[in-house]
Amino acid sequence: MLDDVKPLVSIDNLRVEFQGEDGPIVGVEDVSFSIAPGETVCVVGESGSGKSVTSLSLMRLVEFGGGKITGGKLEFASAGGVIDVAHADDDTMRAIRGNEIGMIFQEPMTSLNPVFTVERQMTDGLRMHLGLSAEAASARALELLKQVRIPEPERRLKQYPHELSGGMRQRVVIAMAMACEPRLLIADEPTTALDVTIQAEILSLINRLKRETGMAVLFITHDMAVVAQVADRVVVMCRGNLVEEGAVEEIFENPKQDYTRALLAAVPRLGEMRGKPAPEPMRLIGDDAAAPAPVLPDKPEPLLEVSNLTTRYPVKGGLFRRTVANVHAVEDVSFTINKGETLALVGESGCGKSSCGRSILRLSEPTSGAVQLDKRDIIGLGERDLRRAWRDMQMVFQDPFASLNPYMRLRDQVAEPLRNFDLARGSEVEDRVAGLFDRVHLPRSFMSRFPHELSGGQRQRVAIARALAVRPKLIIADEAVSALDVSVQAQVLNLMMELQAELGISFLFISHDMAVVERVSHRVGVMYRGRLVEIGTRAQVFENAQHSYTKSLMSAVPIADPTRRTIGEEMNFRPIPSPLFPLGHEPDPSEYTEVAPGHLVLKNTVS
Amino acid sequence: MKLPAAFRTSKGLLGTALVLVILLIAVFAPMVIPVDWTTKMDMRARLSPPTWAHPLGTDQLGRDLMYRVLLGARTSIVIASSAVLMSIVIGLPLGLISGYAGRTTDNVLMRLVDTLLAFPALLLALTISAVLGPNLQNTIIAIGIAFTPFLARIIRGEALRVAQMPYVEAARTAGNSDLRLILRHILPNIMPAVIVQSTISLAFAILAEAGLSFLGLGTQPPDASWGLMIQASRDYLDRAPWTALVPGAAVALTVLGLNMFGDALRDALDPRSKGAS
Repeated sequence: MLDDVKPLVSIDNLRVEFQGEDGPIVGVEDVSFSIAPGETVCVVGESGSGKSVTSLSLMRLVEFGGGKITGGKLEFASAGGVIDVAHADDDTMRAIRGNEIGMIFQEPMTSLNPVFTVERQMTDGLRMHLGLSAEAASARALELLKQVRIPEPERRLKQYPHELSGGMRQRVVIAMAMACEPRLLIADEPTTALDVTIQAEILSLINRLKRETGMAVLFITHDMAVVAQVADRVVVMCRGNLVEEGAVEEIFENPKQDYTRALLAAVPRLGEMRGKPAPEPMRLIGDDAAAPAPVLPDKPEPLLEVSNLTTRYPVKGGLFRRTVANVHAVEDVSFTINKGETLALVGESGCGKSSCGRSILRLSEPTSGAVQLDKRDIIGLGERDLRRAWRDMQMVFQDPFASLNPYMRLRDQVAEPLRNFDLARGSEVEDRVAGLFDRVHLPRSFMSRFPHELSGGQRQRVAIARALAVRPKLIIADEAVSALDVSVQAQVLNLMMELQAELGISFLFISHDMAVVERVSHRVGVMYRGRLVEIGTRAQVFENAQHSYTKSLMSAVPIADPTRRTIGEEMNFRPIPSPLFPLGHEPDPSEYTEVAPGHLVLKNTVS
Repeated sequence: MKLPAAFRTSKGLLGTALVLVILLIAVFAPMVIPVDWTTKMDMRARLSPPTWAHPLGTDQLGRDLMYRVLLGARTSIVIASSAVLMSIVIGLPLGLISGYAGRTTDNVLMRLVDTLLAFPALLLALTISAVLGPNLQNTIIAIGIAFTPFLARIIRGEALRVAQMPYVEAARTAGNSDLRLILRHILPNIMPAVIVQSTISLAFAILAEAGLSFLGLGTQPPDASWGLMIQASRDYLDRAPWTALVPGAAVALTVLGLNMFGDALRDALDPRSKGAS
């Protein structure tokens, strides 16, 4: 067949503009690439690179977001011949959307309508595009659910979106996108909002569907590890332009452009720390002076001791809003952090890792257990003493856009703790704040700015400076780098390691990202359903995982290396059961087996 | 000092101009216009459409609408703005404390507010006004109290939302006292909602005063207020629509001006509206 060599999609000199208040803003400047039938092309880039705008242009959906295709051609080889999407009329577009091009979005919760059953949402499209009868459409919907391997498909049809887990919801969305057997599937960050095990399931599902149906996939993502796992070809974008294009192995092994090289250098790869005794800063391109690596003090000295910490949130219900059940967020967790050490808590959403961090600071009040910082009890402290205790432990939050007061100058926000704890007075305050800005590598001119004038990474530096102001012994970093672009993430991680090396601060590093955790931590604790299921040194947990949950978590992590594809044919992980328990339920205490010195594994079966 | 950017937009300028003009009228009209001009009844020109003698027409008693609407400005503005100010003075701390403290404090305060909310605002104002007696000061108190629960509810909701923001938690661990948290971190972030709600309340307060006047509890004839004029016009809408249009336009222009001014004020307070500095 001669047609085989013809591309399915060919994008030529695409230019997209958005109407801004002061004239047009260019979303995509000049991008050209093509997609062959049956091929997976990954478009990768950081926020603002124009990768989503490019994919939305292919469906002409940019117009709904106020954008306009102002130049170039978007040729799509539909069943009826080649169509230029950039200039097609609305009827043609309606016939293509959802029919010849399917699309799946980032947020599986918002791309399904909460008031319709799964059956209703699926059959609507089938009846419209394919003209099926109600029965035929239902039968086809069931067939599609089986194709995406949803357990108990008959029952799912009658359910509403909120009754399904995040992974199942994304499967339904994929089933809907597959309904008309599209020639091209556009997946815009389809796994970004999902846990790593569910991400692995969805990636393997997309891979299988692609092989079975022969459709092409345009995969948009910011995650180099995902790219390495699924792509045939890669398109790297930056600020509305195409930077580099090539086969996946070539991009990873022999990147030609500096930007691609810098991007790859910033991605931590699971397993690359094997055999190294201590955390190691990332080697960033253009940053010759390697940040100092944190070294542990010779004699381990415990700083934070958490024993049998339990936190439950009441669930209110009924006429009088009585407590009807409890969410067991943290269940009998014990660990120690030594001075100058980083302990990472990893786990999937809802495992209690954030609640654990908050309970230590008593931002959430623990139900029982003991927390000691430097031999001093934290749980029993009154309001006033607790405030004083915060001098020694500070928190850095996940969302840099929400953790700074939008109405306050940055200088004042960093100066607040200095004044409140009476650490500096008068002109000394200004000097200390300036010093802290130097410390986190921000220009002093930023001091009189407001938060909105900074980028996400810069804001996170300010948040770190604020936490550092009191010279704390412990910083709890709750997903502190998760919202940042990879290159910025690497810089912030290096900053944290540098601060540890120079100031001897201990970190409780809460994260869902195994590769990042492997980079920064001395010791690692894995959490599952509120329990610490395994804890040990980084090497023990990463190289000799014992608990079945740790193992399955590791197997699900995508590795940023196309020669090590771990996303298998069919990945199925057991869904995490609900942490909701009836009133008065007293679970067994956590008991551990010590498999090696300092390496503890939970004995109890927790499911 | 340069005018903030938010006031330099066309909407901001127009709003500010309208508010200024209305304030000037409220302050100076009673000094310039003798009272008897507004009460003089021209019996041969009752319900007269606009003429040279009466540029905005006359009402059912032949009184000049232009003079009445100019003189009525002070009564309406004073009552409405004082009443709204009063509802802010009571409602703001109530809502802030309720939203910040939560638990029992919140429950007690909000049940109190709910009790007030259960009465229609006008009925409540009517009762208070009837008990205290009809005069300017009592009208203000009546409307002020009647409007307080709405404001308190809105502020509580906002305070509840803002109190959960990470920057408030971060400020807590930075050693701030409860008072400082509320004043420095929560209050500035709920001000947009307070400003928007206040400008809307002002419009309703002008009309509430009319309702009270109609029932003989607000402004007493022959004094003029916009609300009273609108109420009086209701029987003549078909024959003399200008009797309603003139005071109605005054209310509408005031509300429009206040809304645009309020939006500009909100934007001027928001650091995000300023360019990089």
